[in-house]
Amino acid sequence: MLSAILLGFIFSIFLVFAGKFFKGKLAVLSSLVPLALFLYFLSFLPRVSGGEVIRQNIEWVPSLGLNLNFALDGLSLLFSLLITGIGFLVFAYTAAYLKGHDYLDRFYGYLGMFMGAMLGLVLSDNLLSMFIFWELTSISSFFLIGFNNTSEASRKSAVLALAITGSGGFLLLAGALLLGGVAGTYSITEMVGLSDSIVQSEYYLWIVILIFGAAFTKSAQFPFHFWLPGAMKAPTPVSTYLHSATMVKAGIYLLLRFTPVLGGEEIWNTTLIIVGGITMFYAAVHTLFRTDLKGVLAYSTISVLGILVFLIGLGTQYALTAAAVYIIVHALYKATLFLVTGIIDHEAGTRDVTRLAGLRKVMLPVAIAGFLAALSSAGMPPFVGFVGKDLVYESTLQMGSWSIVLTIIAIATNILVLYAGFVAGIKPFTGKLPEGLSKVHLPSFLMWLPPVILAVLGLVVGIFPALIDGPLVKPVVDAVGMAGSEVHLKLWHGFNLVLGLSALTLAVGFVLYLTVKPSRSKERGIARLDFIAPLTLITDFGNLFKSFSNWWTRIFQNGFLRNYVSTIILFLVVLVGYSLFTKHDGIPIDFSSFSRMTYYEMIIMGIMFLAVLFVVGARSRLTAVVAMGVVGYAICLMFVIYSAPDLAMTQFSIDTLTVILFVLVLSSLPKYLSISDYRMKAIDGILSISFGVLITLIALEVLSQPVNKEVSNFYADNAYVLAKGKNVVNVILVDFRGVDTLMEISVLTIAAIGVFSLLKLRLRRDDRELKD
Amino acid sequence: MKTIILRTASNYMLPLLLVFSVFILLRGHYLPGGGFVGGLIASIAFVLHAFANGLEDTRKLIRFHPGFLMPAGLTVSFLSGISPIIFANKPLMTGLWYPHHLPIVGNLGSALFFDIGVFLVVVGVTLTIIFTISESA
Repeated sequence: MLSAILLGFIFSIFLVFAGKFFKGKLAVLSSLVPLALFLYFLSFLPRVSGGEVIRQNIEWVPSLGLNLNFALDGLSLLFSLLITGIGFLVFAYTAAYLKGHDYLDRFYGYLGMFMGAMLGLVLSDNLLSMFIFWELTSISSFFLIGFNNTSEASRKSAVLALAITGSGGFLLLAGALLLGGVAGTYSITEMVGLSDSIVQSEYYLWIVILIFGAAFTKSAQFPFHFWLPGAMKAPTPVSTYLHSATMVKAGIYLLLRFTPVLGGEEIWNTTLIIVGGITMFYAAVHTLFRTDLKGVLAYSTISVLGILVFLIGLGTQYALTAAAVYIIVHALYKATLFLVTGIIDHEAGTRDVTRLAGLRKVMLPVAIAGFLAALSSAGMPPFVGFVGKDLVYESTLQMGSWSIVLTIIAIATNILVLYAGFVAGIKPFTGKLPEGLSKVHLPSFLMWLPPVILAVLGLVVGIFPALIDGPLVKPVVDAVGMAGSEVHLKLWHGFNLVLGLSALTLAVGFVLYLTVKPSRSKERGIARLDFIAPLTLITDFGNLFKSFSNWWTRIFQNGFLRNYVSTIILFLVVLVGYSLFTKHDGIPIDFSSFSRMTYYEMIIMGIMFLAVLFVVGARSRLTAVVAMGVVGYAICLMFVIYSAPDLAMTQFSIDTLTVILFVLVLSSLPKYLSISDYRMKAIDGILSISFGVLITLIALEVLSQPVNKEVSNFYADNAYVLAKGKNVVNVILVDFRGVDTLMEISVLTIAAIGVFSLLKLRLRRDDRELKD
Repeated sequence: MKTIILRTASNYMLPLLLVFSVFILLRGHYLPGGGFVGGLIASIAFVLHAFANGLEDTRKLIRFHPGFLMPAGLTVSFLSGISPIIFANKPLMTGLWYPHHLPIVGNLGSALFFDIGVFLVVVGVTLTIIFTISESA
């Protein structure tokens, strides 16, 4: 199983080297990868539908509980088949859709990476590795949305999608860690067994919130749905594959996967019903106002994702069966509609539904695919959509006191989804062919065959629901904790309430389609409400955050070295001073313990004091620097007196070099400049004096503490014994703490390289202008 | 500052200071001194020469860019640090010692090579920084 997951990644790495051979006629061969994987997963179908769970365990980082555990149960198998099956068609379709594109190899690379990541996501039995694959799908989606990287809108949408799904990934990580902490394991299989204790834990609410956050952002639930319409900037194969059939269902997968662990509680069900209900209805209403075919499809996809969340929230056997069926139904008809839209866009050059009509005359197979998919999305018998919709109504009707409200919402949503399906799948093909589109012709079979296959599959499965009932749907329902479900898929239930509701949906939907036409004015109308749309609110928040950070940065990173130094010293004085004065009641200074000052010490102090006065009063920089050098040399003398020759030597050399450096730098500064006014000078003076006082106090404080000589005694005793050296300082530097020294000289080197590259490698002004 | 006195003096000072810096480096294990100070003194020697004769002359004298001393020094220090692992199967930075006493140097051990590495890095860093700044000034 690991190799199946890695195949996608290996394929994309392979393209890095062999990409240019794959751009031409060979491109279609890349679809063999998902095909092989599809067949591989298909071969597990009999075993998995027999109730078996196929596992593979590989230890990766056992100390972190991070193992590569893979499990293939009904739920994973359903998703794996969708990923590889639709993947196969999309790979083949892309070969024609992006034929001759400069970066076709790159596109396949991203797709391969996505496929591997998505397979890893649905096959992982370890929550942490699942998180890693989850993030990988977000990242590959980012690259695919931004594939047309010359268009600003694409880049913006890609960043938006990454921001939303990425923050969801962050929530997933937090939720996973919390869940792992509560359960004591990261294995999802083991968590199912520990469900009771997890549900009763005090962190349950947090876990649910975090997992919901992850699922809702990924699966575009209200109010995080807005990245999905933006993601339609990606080439159509991507919209088909990632943003309709597979990736956006990762959130659904997560919810289904955790239903047996976290589900069954009031908060779980109610939240899902409310969020799913709002999303499905809100997005479905939005489809009425779109003229871009992909916009219509994007909103109807969000709506279906809402239905799925809603069904998981209902949580009954019927509802979960309906969810499983709906995943299949939606993948079949929505992928078809997207592919059809892609063909229209590719051949007619527009996706504006108000300008499209009558295309059946020029591309009949595509029209057939569109018709079939639209009918399936409408839930017309005998399509598989009908089976799915029936189950939805069955499950809402069982919800006791709320059943009427829920059923009405479900019906309204389904009516609007029907409308969206008709607009995308039927409207472009009916009516009179406009003059401008008469030259449109049927594309290569690579493009029209995939949607036809999917659409026909939707019809066949609808007529023979047993094809998916036992092998696919039942194992899914088992996997989400509803073992022994009695629900069976049937096309014909007899004359009952559900059939009546279905008929009502169809009738109203059809009337709606005939009366309400998509138009520009309606699109403009809803645009007026944009100011309260979640997208606007979140973008505003982002901009606010950005300007706040700009403002904050400008205050602290203002580019004036003197301000940096002042800030650092101020904080040091305040923080250290605070802890120094609150910790003790005054600082005990025992003057009697001080040794008497000798006259040469006084002389040195006098020199230092004079030099400092010189620095403060200097009228030129050079004087100040030289006077600072005098202070440094005076300190050297102090070291000499207190028998620290090593320090004295080093300080002496350092001071010399510092003065030289200063002089070198000064020559490129203005000779004399009075920067500070008197107020500034006073503030600086107070700051420096308080800093000096603080350091003095600390020094006195340190002296008054009993000194622990253990360490220094160790060095003194062992310098010669262990390291054959008599100069303890040097022995410490080169032997006892030699690794420190090694790091220090590395840091020195880095600093020197920094200076060199800043000064030497900067672009000259005219070079820079040329580069721009 | 191209005075004839300083120029003449610096021609004699340079070799003297360099010898002195090596002396400081070598005695470091027993008496005040060591690679760091030695390196600083050697850099001062070159800086003095540059002040007296101009940077171009000093550059010609050194022949290669002093920046190359940095990786060389790091390599020497690193190798002497890991030499106990390679040669004696002892932990990192364990001192290895040549058993016999040598004139001037005293006992010869891996610590000395470590210090030589420090010396080279310090010379390289100081000269790189000072040369770079004085060239762009």
